[in-house]
Amino acid sequence: MNWRRLLDHPSLALGLAATLAFALLGLASLIWTPYPIADIAISRRFLVPDASHLLGTDHLGRDMLSLIMAGTLTSFTVGAAAVAIGVGIGVPMGLVAAMWGGPVDWVAMRISDLAFAFPSVIIAILIATLIGPGATNAIIAIGIFNIPVFARVARGGALALSSLDFIGAARLAGLGKAAIAWRHILPNIMSLIIVQGTIQLSLGILAEAGLSYIGLGTQPPATSLGLMLRDAQSLFLIHPSLSLLPGLAIVLIVVALNIAGDGLRDALDPRLRRQELA
Amino acid sequence: MRATKSLALAMAGLLLATGLACAQSTEIRIGVALEPPALDPTAGAAEAIDVVVYQNIFEGLTRIDQTGAVQPGLATAWTITEDGLSYRFTLAQGVTFHDGTSFDAEDVKFTFERLLADDSVNAQKALYQSIAAVTVIDPQTVEITLSRPDGLFLFNLGRGDAVIVAPESADNNANEPIGTGPFAFVQWDRGSRVILEQYGPYWGEKPALTKASYVFISDTATMTNALLAGDIDGTNNFAPEALAVFEGNPQFKVLVGSTEGETILATNNARAPFDTLAVRQAMAHAINRHDIIEGATYGYGVPIGSHFAPHHPYYVDLTETYPFDLDAAKTLLAGAGYPEGFSATLKLPPVAYARLSGQIIASEFAKIGVRLELINMEWAQWLEDVFANKDFDLTIISHVEPFDIGIYANPDYYFGYDNPEVQALNETLNATTDEAQRKVLAQQIQIIIAKDAVNGYLFELAQTGVWNAKLEGMWQNAPIEGVVLHDIHWVE
Repeated sequence: MNWRRLLDHPSLALGLAATLAFALLGLASLIWTPYPIADIAISRRFLVPDASHLLGTDHLGRDMLSLIMAGTLTSFTVGAAAVAIGVGIGVPMGLVAAMWGGPVDWVAMRISDLAFAFPSVIIAILIATLIGPGATNAIIAIGIFNIPVFARVARGGALALSSLDFIGAARLAGLGKAAIAWRHILPNIMSLIIVQGTIQLSLGILAEAGLSYIGLGTQPPATSLGLMLRDAQSLFLIHPSLSLLPGLAIVLIVVALNIAGDGLRDALDPRLRRQELA
Repeated sequence: MRATKSLALAMAGLLLATGLACAQSTEIRIGVALEPPALDPTAGAAEAIDVVVYQNIFEGLTRIDQTGAVQPGLATAWTITEDGLSYRFTLAQGVTFHDGTSFDAEDVKFTFERLLADDSVNAQKALYQSIAAVTVIDPQTVEITLSRPDGLFLFNLGRGDAVIVAPESADNNANEPIGTGPFAFVQWDRGSRVILEQYGPYWGEKPALTKASYVFISDTATMTNALLAGDIDGTNNFAPEALAVFEGNPQFKVLVGSTEGETILATNNARAPFDTLAVRQAMAHAINRHDIIEGATYGYGVPIGSHFAPHHPYYVDLTETYPFDLDAAKTLLAGAGYPEGFSATLKLPPVAYARLSGQIIASEFAKIGVRLELINMEWAQWLEDVFANKDFDLTIISHVEPFDIGIYANPDYYFGYDNPEVQALNETLNATTDEAQRKVLAQQIQIIIAKDAVNGYLFELAQTGVWNAKLEGMWQNAPIEGVVLHDIHWVE
């Protein structure tokens, strides 16, 4: 697959570009924001957008653009870290289940069922009571929720491949199960995992917003898009822009990621490609 | 002609019908943010209990009116002996409890014996420690003797903590409160509402309302919508940030009044570095009251410089004791051995004024090198960690009890302030009945605790009620916790 082919999918290009734009906006907040986000100045609160505050200021006089930048970074960090947890634990689990089969498969899938059965909010509440609320808590909660998703994707992909000839050849050549999974199966299910990763990233960003909104995620003085929504909620009728801006940012990021995910699947999935050819 | 006549009749009937429908309603639905944990005001400190029951379901020997003055309650008259040690109360006639049992001097005796018993869980037991004996003279007369004069005794009798309960029903008051008030408890749909109904055989002047429900709505946006949609008729305390929605709307009236809530940056005086006076003084200098009041109460709070309500006649303005001055704060910190500042935690209960003040204070304190970690907590956790176990550096809380400066004389109180001078002064104050002298003593205590910067004194919480414009008789100020229904009525 080359990069030119990527651009044959306009929705993919659009989705990736928008995602990248938001990611860069968030990353930029690491080195520069128009104003420090912890800088509270009551005298300049509820300012309407102008040259010095491009998106206005919030109820504590903080610059909205700076907050959106920092909030986007939090959202991406939490979402990405949760995907990393899901991939790091879920994919090996799925591969092991598929390669060894039998009781190993059964145990791995029941563990994944168990993890599926707990909504991430319940896990977040549990973790919040144990170690206190915070962004880390959100990462762990969403990450746990991601594990079974990736386990199933990896297992399904691996099972579909395991009956193919090149896997049989590798087995005949004397490779162990772990080596086959690592060298032959993993590269071939990578596209599935990447596609699932973008979807889980967008779900993770939504979940982070939800957890912060109910007060279990990011804690002040740090900020996230969900926390901004929570702060602005009671002011909605008076200063609607305070809730509309972070809300819009969440919507745009999630839509962008979903478009990118769809496009990636179209571009990467060999089965869909074959259908296209036929 | 006939048709016209019947049409006219029909019209008249219609007018009559609409007229009846428009006739003054006698029901009210009040939105309140917090649901009470139980409904017995003599067995819990939660303000939410008094909001529902005080002077509605339960009455005391005296009652506090909306100016904060003591009025006769179940005791219609009283005489006090010269030495201030013996109070003889004449009780109201024909009073019955909501379960039909009659009220007499035995109930008064029972109430105070229950309150002072060793296993009593009354939140303000300490206020009534001066009671030596309660003697029944006859069913309509009771005498209370004190071991020492108590200048606030009649006021304390009017608190929700000292309402009269009956031996037949006292044990069930937490779930099914039975008192002598103008309203009787009907039902409590947990998580949703409490319904009260006018008590027919009420002994005193009948209230205008026949039914009242308290609807529990913790979320400001939901409360706003409920008010706008007419699902509730008003609320005694609405979030100040969204008050602008109702200001200028002719369908609503906004009542801004005072409360007894001194909001303070409570400081653990027993823990380093806050046991050093210079550190507390530095923090006091770093508090920007103007910004905190604007940011956390939208300008509705009143600045305080000590632990005393600004509308009280004994109040002395001490807000300039440590004016906002970051340079002075840095100098003091350096002098105390913290030139680089220090780190501390700030535990915040789940109320908007605390969460917002916390963020603003953290931002201000960062400028003098005091790095605060904000820890948001739920009420149960806050009560246990901060209030009971004293495991905290700093916290923000509103002390809503009236005339509660006596807490500074209790070294075991959660902020751990131990000053024998204040303790002696408070003891003298409690034993003094002469107004002028009491004022001098109360002001002395205010000045000492302000100079000692025991806590960071922020602002007096305002009561910001939003009500249907056709309602009258609500209390604008809150000299005591409660939403008293007695005088509330609809007008056209």
